[in-house]
Amino acid sequence: MKTGMVGVFIAVFCIPVWGQQTNAPDLAAQNAALEQKVRDLEDRLIALEGKVRMLQSTPPAPAQPAAESQPAAAPPAEPAAAQAQPQVPVPPAETSPVQGQSQVTSTGGNLPNYGGASSAAKALNPDVSVIGDFIGAAGNTNTPPLATLQPFPSLQMHESEIGLQAIIDPYARGDFFMSFGEEGVNLEEGYITFTALPGGFVAKVGKMRSAFGKVNMMHNHVLPWVDRPLVSTNLVGGEDGIDDAGFSVERILPAPKGIFLEATGQVFRGDSADVFTAANRSDVSTVAHLRGYKDLTESTNLDLGLSYARGHNDAMLLNGSTGDFVTQLYGADATLRWKPLRRSIYHSFVGRTELIWSQRQQFPVEQRAFGFYTSADYQFGRRWFGGGRFDYSDRSRFDNLTDKGAAATLTYWPSEFSQLRGEYRFTHYAENRDSHEFLMQLIFSLGAHGAHPF
Amino acid sequence: MHKGKRLFVSLIAAGVLLFPTLASAKKLNVVTATTDMAALAQEVGGDRINVEAIAKGYQDPHFVEAKPSFLLKLRQADLLIVVGLQLEIGWLPPLITQSGNPRVQVGAAGYLDASQFAEILEIPQGVVTRAMGDVHPLGNPHYWLDPDNGRRVAKGIAGKLGEIDPADSAYFQERFQDFDKRLTAAEQKWDAEMAPYRGRKVVTYHNSFTNFARHFHLDVIGYVEPRPGIPPTPSHTIELIGLMKRENCRLVLVEPYFDLKTPNSIGSATGAKVLVYLPSVGGEKQVTNYFELFDYDIDLIKKGFQ
Repeated sequence: MKTGMVGVFIAVFCIPVWGQQTNAPDLAAQNAALEQKVRDLEDRLIALEGKVRMLQSTPPAPAQPAAESQPAAAPPAEPAAAQAQPQVPVPPAETSPVQGQSQVTSTGGNLPNYGGASSAAKALNPDVSVIGDFIGAAGNTNTPPLATLQPFPSLQMHESEIGLQAIIDPYARGDFFMSFGEEGVNLEEGYITFTALPGGFVAKVGKMRSAFGKVNMMHNHVLPWVDRPLVSTNLVGGEDGIDDAGFSVERILPAPKGIFLEATGQVFRGDSADVFTAANRSDVSTVAHLRGYKDLTESTNLDLGLSYARGHNDAMLLNGSTGDFVTQLYGADATLRWKPLRRSIYHSFVGRTELIWSQRQQFPVEQRAFGFYTSADYQFGRRWFGGGRFDYSDRSRFDNLTDKGAAATLTYWPSEFSQLRGEYRFTHYAENRDSHEFLMQLIFSLGAHGAHPF
Repeated sequence: MHKGKRLFVSLIAAGVLLFPTLASAKKLNVVTATTDMAALAQEVGGDRINVEAIAKGYQDPHFVEAKPSFLLKLRQADLLIVVGLQLEIGWLPPLITQSGNPRVQVGAAGYLDASQFAEILEIPQGVVTRAMGDVHPLGNPHYWLDPDNGRRVAKGIAGKLGEIDPADSAYFQERFQDFDKRLTAAEQKWDAEMAPYRGRKVVTYHNSFTNFARHFHLDVIGYVEPRPGIPPTPSHTIELIGLMKRENCRLVLVEPYFDLKTPNSIGSATGAKVLVYLPSVGGEKQVTNYFELFDYDIDLIKKGFQ
């Protein structure tokens, strides 16, 4: 054995020597050929490494649910699909897979067996994120009894939002956002998005924040303020907002000259905070939104929206009356953004306004309320933002009562993943009471939280 | 009748003549995340593709706004090429989801992660946490700044274009062979130009220079950022100044999207030159393709060392 190896060794080293002796004049050409060969081998190695990386983050072809007649240990699905598209990647979780991840095992025998012992299986876990939202408040809270705006307590772990997000299959993705407050858990959003529908349609099914205006769609941690504007609180259900179970269909519409035009139609069960209440199955609520967007320059853009929502309200339940009591909401929003691309991480400006009209049928007479906010936020450093907001809003149930307010904010980002914000808020309630409050908020983000739509 | 027949024959003849023209006039719409991927796609796609990049060359590719106007590009795309390694994780996923275009969804035939073709450096080993800053757990995503990776990515794109448009597959391969030859010749020139500066020490603002430095044998000894994505701090800046003095580092390279205040103060404290280098095609108006990117940067670095 040893002698054989030595023989091979001698042969391997002698052949090139012999070759050199026989082709001595062409050494340069040989060197070039060898170099080329080494480069080719290097390229092949790098290509292989790339394939390994892709395979590590690629979901295997889904196992076919075993039919009853098939043996329990059915062979995995054909790997042909994976071979046909070797570059299929899935955004992997940014953090290491959770140790000790429990397996989900089929109990009925018909469901696929998720998880497993291999680390590759954990690559299929959804992206997991937690966002903490801590709020402190000081100052007088001279809130009248009928006011919609509820004061913050002195110190509060306002919300812990858990996000679970993943691509479900080649046709859809799933997003779940669970909000853990101090008193309980709320499914803030949980929906499937069908991304591969024909005709350019995108559909969502589940529980979601409705597309009424701008602020209603925003999660707490992406708001430019600690609180929500008065008009949002008085007319659109405040923090909970129009957030309901149903389905949504949106599509980009053809438009001239680089204008982005998008229409959204949504149907919900009809239960949203104190805005809509469904007493019957037929009391569904509807929301429609039309959005127009245009880049004015590469740094500046204008975003306009029109919204409509309709649903049944709680007037019937409150008054014991008979008949349908409907609330209709009309909204218009405008956002002007500026962000110079060469210095995008240092400076930006967002000016925004939303106007909302509410028509609430109730006993004895329909209430027609109006409200709006106007805000401006300027980023004056990589970590610093300042902003202001003016609020004006009638109350939806008492359109003769108008609250007004103003707020100023200062925000500091230690990094992309944490944020400290202070806000001074002045509110003049319709009952002629004033309140001056200081709010402090700390937001911190763990894990891979998917980016929110623009 | 006779006239009608003639008209009929003329129409058929026109149809026969025009059809191949019309058929070949159908170009693939390629959208790329960055200008560098667009430049490489253009090299191999030639006149058979329309290519548009989402991020500009002078923009920080980590922080691009997911503007709805990009959806107008994406919804028409036959192929989306991304840099990958989570470079675009903060802005591209919602665009893909909202595009309403099944062809470019992650995993579909029209989605190409170019990182799979490239040699990736600085893949973190062991536990990755954000105490390390905005670290990329899958490796350094600025891989296109090594011309060898440019060649590999171009080859991968040519293969993908051929899969989507088999009729033009030979054309794409031919274009790649031509690109390969031109790149090899350019590389010899660049290598020769950079040879006198082999082993020279540099500091960069962000960790985007690794692949370039490795290819051209430069030594990156530190960064203006204390951690990737974390703004400079006074203590780190003082440390860096000390390090540069000890190591006799004479050059600070800054990406075009970073503020020059801290680099300039480092420059005046150490006597090092502070230069704005281009990590991407289109960083300056005159840099319109992959070759000009290296021409520009090598010229700049040569001047910096002189």
